[in-house]
Amino acid sequence: MLVTGVGRHLGARFAAELRRRPGVDLVVGVDVQPPGPALRALAEPDGPAAPYRFHQLDLRRPAVARVIAEHGVDTVVHLAVSATGLGSTNRSAVKESNVIGTMQLLGACQKAPGVRRLVVKSTTGVYGSAPRDPAVFTERTQPKTLPGGGFAKDAVEVEGYVRGFARRRPDVAVTVLRFANIVGPGADTPLTDYFALPVLPTVLGYDPRLQFAHEDDVVEVLCRASFPAEPGTVNTGTVNVAGEGVLLLSQCARRLGRPTLPLLLPAVSWIAGLARQTRLVDVSPEHLRLLTHGRVVDTARLRESFGYRPVFSTPEAFADFAAAQSPGLLPLGRLTAVTDGLAALLGPEAGRTTGPGPTTPGTPARPHRPRS
Amino acid sequence: MSAAAENAPGEAKVIPIESAPSWSEPPADGSGLADRVAGAVGGALAGRLGAAATRAFGKGWEDRAADGLAFLRRRITGDYEVDEFGFDRELTEEVLLGLLRPLAEKYFRIEVRGIENIPAEGGALIVANHSGTIPLDALMTQVVIHDHHPRHRHLRMLAADLVFVLPGINELARKAGHTLACNEDAQALLERGELVGVWPEGFKGVGKPFSERYKLQRFGRGGFVSSALRARVPIVPCSIVGAEETYPMIGDFRTLARLLGLPYVPITPTFPWLGPLGAVPLPTKWIIEFGEPIATDRHPVEAADDPMLVFDLADEVRETIQHTLYQLLVRRRSVFF
Repeated sequence: MLVTGVGRHLGARFAAELRRRPGVDLVVGVDVQPPGPALRALAEPDGPAAPYRFHQLDLRRPAVARVIAEHGVDTVVHLAVSATGLGSTNRSAVKESNVIGTMQLLGACQKAPGVRRLVVKSTTGVYGSAPRDPAVFTERTQPKTLPGGGFAKDAVEVEGYVRGFARRRPDVAVTVLRFANIVGPGADTPLTDYFALPVLPTVLGYDPRLQFAHEDDVVEVLCRASFPAEPGTVNTGTVNVAGEGVLLLSQCARRLGRPTLPLLLPAVSWIAGLARQTRLVDVSPEHLRLLTHGRVVDTARLRESFGYRPVFSTPEAFADFAAAQSPGLLPLGRLTAVTDGLAALLGPEAGRTTGPGPTTPGTPARPHRPRS
Repeated sequence: MSAAAENAPGEAKVIPIESAPSWSEPPADGSGLADRVAGAVGGALAGRLGAAATRAFGKGWEDRAADGLAFLRRRITGDYEVDEFGFDRELTEEVLLGLLRPLAEKYFRIEVRGIENIPAEGGALIVANHSGTIPLDALMTQVVIHDHHPRHRHLRMLAADLVFVLPGINELARKAGHTLACNEDAQALLERGELVGVWPEGFKGVGKPFSERYKLQRFGRGGFVSSALRARVPIVPCSIVGAEETYPMIGDFRTLARLLGLPYVPITPTFPWLGPLGAVPLPTKWIIEFGEPIATDRHPVEAADDPMLVFDLADEVRETIQHTLYQLLVRRRSVFF
């Protein structure tokens, strides 16, 4: 099994999870940089695990073909399609590593007769965000305007090459997983950087609908796609992956306890540009569009034909992320204390509608998944 | 509580805000202010103000205030749900419908007929005539269906894309349960068993001159019929009388409309001459009648792709609405009463 992009949190976690699965002889990880010490600790699973080899190589060069041939790889999981580069934040370098890297990898796979299965990480960003598109995207929806640039365009191009590969190698089971915004206690994406700001700038007059996929679910979906499908399910083709339900940006901000600062769209664009230039926060134009118009995808295929129901719904995934964040300027506890205090002044008989002991909303108990 | 509080003034003061069970963190700087405010309000309520409030707001004001606080608490902590289309049920029921209700009940005094034609559950497509320059008729239909239907169903409206381009409006429209008028959204909502409302005349209907009042315009391509056929839900024709006269449109600033990218900029007897006052609708008397549902499940699902059948059904719906409009107009005593 070959996993690309193990230098990142998600790749490292997924490689560790793969090694625990039965039937895995060897996991080979490749990336431009070796994982840092924190990730290495994460990648070292306790208990019995398959052996692991790491190769430091640049996917943009054809070296990956040698690795595939050397280890007789039969399953390739391509996670090195990412919005930000490892080490460099230069947009053209990121684009090159996404698109050229994918082309090199697919070329190597095509020449390797042993490859039986290819799993590619993509994003729901391929649907874009526009006011004139349907409210809920299914895998078949053709968006009215294709993403004009940035990571989403990379993903569209990557998917195009993957489709071409699937045509040329019909014997390989190909899965493209379109993930919604990935969150989790350790997730590190441009969107989670945005939510870490003390005051969240928003676009005046817009309250976008957002969907999140929890890291645990993402790893589980990747695992299921990497092995032959369970009876009665299909794990090839294109699948949207997101937790059930929707959160509005205003809801997210309130659940994080962070005040919002609504600004006119041009002002937000200007600030985002400034923040990008000063390397403060990387909010790309496509994220700005997401934070203006929002995006929701239909996950019926994931639940029904892929046969996986995400453990974390969108609000639960966000709550798990929020719990790991520092409390904002408007902590929930203080706000609820004010309303509860006022309600208590009204007296017990009037306050009964507020319910018994106030629970802290937005942080339900973390669901437990039985480890297989 | 109020009686007890009056007898023992100051008792409410001793409920410190830190005793609220959710308050587990050590109080940070700034909580002092909240504390003082709460204390001051509590003291005032316990004293003379409590009695004054009972006189001013009537009996049971504590209950209403507690409900309001509970609502406020859920809103400021983000503890509410929206569906995939962005419909915020709580906000719609507690705030948005409440704002529109006086307009429907007191101002337009809407008379509702045939509400029993709207099924109690399951998907249905309400098709209505459009008029009145500003799509007030759609909002009023949403209010009366929620208020008059025994199951208090919410109407999910299909709105023009212009609505979702405009800042502010798009946010409110999504929260009120409206979505973009496209086949995907219509079908998705109908298949979820929602009550969907469509005004197929679109801007041709709402922006037609006053001289053409109550003359139904073309029903587009009949896309709404295809959606209903695919989802196998009944079509309920709905005729709205009274909305035409709210803003009698006697002219159109074509150039200005083109400049602003709007479908039309109306000239009415009061707008723009009276400025903002011209935006006040005339207090006409409205009648909204829901007709017999037209079943679509007698046709196979493939019929949705048969243009002849789709046009025939669209015509049937259009004729029904037009006919009902004429009947209602004959029976109407006057525009305003």
